[in-house]
Amino acid sequence: MSLDAIADNLPLYLQGAWTTLRLLAMALLLGLAGAIPLAVLRASSKRRWWVPVWVFTWVIRGTPLLVQLFLVYYGLAQFAWVRGSVAWPLLSSAWFCTVAAFAVNTCAYTTEILAGAIRATPPGEVEAARSLGMPWGLMVRRILLPSALRRALPACGNEAVLMLHATSLASIVTLLDLTGVARDVNSRFFLPFPAFITAALFYLAITGVLVALFRRAETRWLRHLAPIR
Amino acid sequence: MLHGYGWSLLEGLRLTLGMAGASLAVALLLGLAGAAARLSRSAFWRGLALIYTTVVRGVPDLVLMLLVFYGGQLAVNEIAPHLGIDEYVDIDPFVAGVATIGFIFGAYLAETFRGAILAIPLGQAEAARAFGMSAPQAFRRIVLPQMVRLAIPGFANNWLVLVKSTALVSVIGLNDMMQKAGQAAGATREPFTFYLAVGALYLAITTLSVLVLRVVEKRCSPGVRAIHL
Repeated sequence: MSLDAIADNLPLYLQGAWTTLRLLAMALLLGLAGAIPLAVLRASSKRRWWVPVWVFTWVIRGTPLLVQLFLVYYGLAQFAWVRGSVAWPLLSSAWFCTVAAFAVNTCAYTTEILAGAIRATPPGEVEAARSLGMPWGLMVRRILLPSALRRALPACGNEAVLMLHATSLASIVTLLDLTGVARDVNSRFFLPFPAFITAALFYLAITGVLVALFRRAETRWLRHLAPIR
Repeated sequence: MLHGYGWSLLEGLRLTLGMAGASLAVALLLGLAGAAARLSRSAFWRGLALIYTTVVRGVPDLVLMLLVFYGGQLAVNEIAPHLGIDEYVDIDPFVAGVATIGFIFGAYLAETFRGAILAIPLGQAEAARAFGMSAPQAFRRIVLPQMVRLAIPGFANNWLVLVKSTALVSVIGLNDMMQKAGQAAGATREPFTFYLAVGALYLAITTLSVLVLRVVEKRCSPGVRAIHL
């Protein structure tokens, strides 16, 4: 009887899963796009480059995502000039605020991951590029980043899974993602176990797919670092 | 600046810290038990621990928290009449929060501890056994003290994530910092100010934790040589 309620609402769960996946994809892509230039600055040896980026990652990584989400979603409405600005329709939408908060959050974590990978670059690779007369920008684009992004793959896989779990916070600001659907089903039928366990199974499945995807990416792009069998 | 709500926030801070401390105690116990089970000779315990760590780490904290809070409520009231309790039993959200966060981070700590134990050369425990120590003695005197040092970096990470996930307990109705900030924001119409204050408090906790754990790691590693790049 309780499983009937879940079966009837399965389309809702699928919609929720789709919302979760879209949130995840947008957050990860935007976060990565921001993290690449920031990581290069973070790994720089010049104080005026790495200090501001370090402050950014310290603040974002040191505070809960929920606080960041509330600051954007509820907090910005405090200022009259924000409410009066042209961007207000965008800033008052739960979807936009959630994607923005998630993207900034994962950007900070990814920046530190990539910066670590850049620092681990064998000096010879950069020296070889220099000795061939490559200008700085070309060297970063052709040598530094391809090599660092590969080395960062395993850690990025972890971050993607953590971000998937973090997307459940979207349900707190009214979005109907997987968790939102489960909360909705629970409040309508009062079936906490079936409602939340169904969502948990969806999350487990998505986590499994993500892990498998990253493992495939690693066998493809990290073959040169694999242990010899 | 905080319109007299400063004390209220600090009260919330006390609850958040109490919550984090109590959850950590639960997580440490579960983590040690989980690590022991993962490394045990019995296939049953190994399998059980593997399911525990895999499932918990594959599902968002929020979903587990809602499951324990709503589901636990239901389960307790199903069982209560059989124990001769006729009133409706309300689960204390503090207990639900501590139980869930402890349960979740027990799984993460189990993996951290397992990795640390595996990193200690087997010969050490073997040598202890050869000197006539029993297996528990060898674990307590030889493996455990060395494991602590190796587990600290992973433990530090787990602790920081745990602290930040305490922000979620406001969702199940606990009067923590987030909840207090929400109340103050509703009364003063200044959400940004109050969530910013909560963010600053969290940042203070996490920063202090990092500094303390750095000192602890140094104290636990006398005579360990590090490479300097």
